[in-house]
Amino acid sequence: MFERIREKLEILADAAKYDVSCSSSGSNRKNENKGLGDAEGTGICHTYTEDGRCVSLLKILLTNHCIYDCAFCVSRRSNDIKRAAFTVDEVVELTMNFYRRNYIEGLFLSSGIFKNADYTMERLVRIVKKLRNEQRFNGYIHLKTIPGASEELLKEAGMYADRMSINLEMPTESGLKLLAPEKSHEDVKKPLNYIQQTITQFSSEKGLIKAVPKFVPAGQSTQMVIGATPESDKEIMHTANTFYKNFSLKRVYYSGYIPISQDARLPVIGSQPPLIRENRLYQTDWLMRFYGFDVKEILNDAHPNLDVDIDPKLSWALRHLEDFPVDVNTADYKMIMRVPGIGVASALKIVQARKFGRLHQDQLKKIGISFNKAKHFIRYADSPLQLRDYEAGHIKAVILSESSSKYTKVPKNQLSIF
Amino acid sequence: MEIFVFDGTLEGLLTAVFECYQKKSEAVKLVSQTHYVPDVFKEAFAVISEDAKAKRVWKGLAKKLDSNWMKSIYRAFLSEQPATFQDLFEFIRYIIDSPPGAEANFGNKYVLEISKMSHKVHREKHRMEAFIRFQKTADHIFYAHIEPDFNVLPLLIDHFKNRYADQKWIIYDLKRKYGLFYDLEKVEEITFDFTAEMSPALNALPVNVLDSQEELYALLWKDYFRSVNIPARKNMKLHIRHVPKRYWKYLSEKQG
Repeated sequence: MFERIREKLEILADAAKYDVSCSSSGSNRKNENKGLGDAEGTGICHTYTEDGRCVSLLKILLTNHCIYDCAFCVSRRSNDIKRAAFTVDEVVELTMNFYRRNYIEGLFLSSGIFKNADYTMERLVRIVKKLRNEQRFNGYIHLKTIPGASEELLKEAGMYADRMSINLEMPTESGLKLLAPEKSHEDVKKPLNYIQQTITQFSSEKGLIKAVPKFVPAGQSTQMVIGATPESDKEIMHTANTFYKNFSLKRVYYSGYIPISQDARLPVIGSQPPLIRENRLYQTDWLMRFYGFDVKEILNDAHPNLDVDIDPKLSWALRHLEDFPVDVNTADYKMIMRVPGIGVASALKIVQARKFGRLHQDQLKKIGISFNKAKHFIRYADSPLQLRDYEAGHIKAVILSESSSKYTKVPKNQLSIF
Repeated sequence: MEIFVFDGTLEGLLTAVFECYQKKSEAVKLVSQTHYVPDVFKEAFAVISEDAKAKRVWKGLAKKLDSNWMKSIYRAFLSEQPATFQDLFEFIRYIIDSPPGAEANFGNKYVLEISKMSHKVHREKHRMEAFIRFQKTADHIFYAHIEPDFNVLPLLIDHFKNRYADQKWIIYDLKRKYGLFYDLEKVEEITFDFTAEMSPALNALPVNVLDSQEELYALLWKDYFRSVNIPARKNMKLHIRHVPKRYWKYLSEKQG
């Protein structure tokens, strides 16, 4: 018995790990029934794997049996791997017992498609229902939307889940058609749209009726696999931007493809996953969501791909030196956020602090900006007199030589003899 | 420079601020009793904690600062750092002496120091919320012990009470020798002597005092932790930045 449950968990956790969504925040589910758990407020990463990704939820598949044969997916039907399936009670027990020991924030439940979409979705709903109604579980639940499932089942699922997600898989329709001919982006848009509309409908009723039940309170997210198909960064981020806008998504995740398949259409097994590129895409995502950048400012026909050696904000600033230097003592908050080396929190501190007197170099350093990077783009109370304008290539070279980027090739930790 | 020695409590620190205005002191060095080394050439003023005086200072502050800043003061105090006691003393005087709104002056050394220390203590609290691993004992109490960098137990009460409303639990701070016990109704402070079999030298409780299923779940959790790793993405530097090594000994997934 012990050994069988261990084996199942091993297979079904391994198969779920390529879904990178890990968030456990943004819900408002309080523990009001003296039950177990509380999903209000910020999420918690309970541990991190050795690859540096956070472990917040018990992330598993209900089963890795699947009727589809998507080339990028480890659970595709033509792949010769061990198959397993949890029972409803096994998932409930694992979730409750892991949660009680403070291992996790809740459950992330996905599944291969067995028989058909509704059959699979119905099983997922049965699990979340049991957790909420019978076990009085108030922890976080992230549930996968199964493409093609009926609206009735999606609506029921949304009454119990905190977040729902459905993956675009590939950034473009043509990329998806290449690797998963049975799937299309339309299959994803339809349920995203239905759930989004239901969320809006529930929240508009909130003003009228007192006790409106929760419906997907932490919203929806999606994921794209990067580097399996030849899309440019521009195509990827423009797709992300469209989905953020059209479906009010909370997050878009970018997952660097890890070769798991001997398929002529895909990168060969053993080739490096595109980790730097993935990081640059996330940085761009942040610039769009928190720094007031329009995606077209960063990626357009003239610049269809992100630089690998420098971050996208620095790259943008070097292309727009006419907007700099920015005087931190007078400039608009929005413009200060655009300075390379200054983040949202530091920008806020700067605009608050400057009301009490002009800011000097030592104060900016203490506030926590990355001064060596920012100094090329700002003026402050005691800035040195600058006699000539530097050009972009020069500034980039200076910043790269001063920084200890994790992407520099020569290790900096070698002992110096003198 | 006058030397004020206080008892190390928040009440004492606030009383010290009161006394400083009473005595019209200019420059004051504030030291807690535990850190005070008597100096033959300098006389020290012993601050005697007084509830009424402390309350007056606290209320005065609450008129000028919002509740977030009041919490920041409390959090910074829980750091137990000698330098922070001095920073708090100076920060409080700065707020009292300035017109309203002075707490936004991040160009001021003490505003920045208190804001930073409060942030550090908050981060340690958040780490405990993440890294605490309960073991279920044979008598159905979920037990965990920890050694946080700062005295964060008081900040953990609400989080764990709201979350584990239907199970009894104990969180024990080995460094400061006290713990929290939730009995399904309320949280109480407790202290106890460790028996040999529950030695704090051990990372976890021995099997003979545990629930029969405890080993299974600890094992499943370890299996799970291993299964979700993607070896092709291995990045130990990032791993250690997120889970610093000093916390490993209480993380069941990092054992063996």
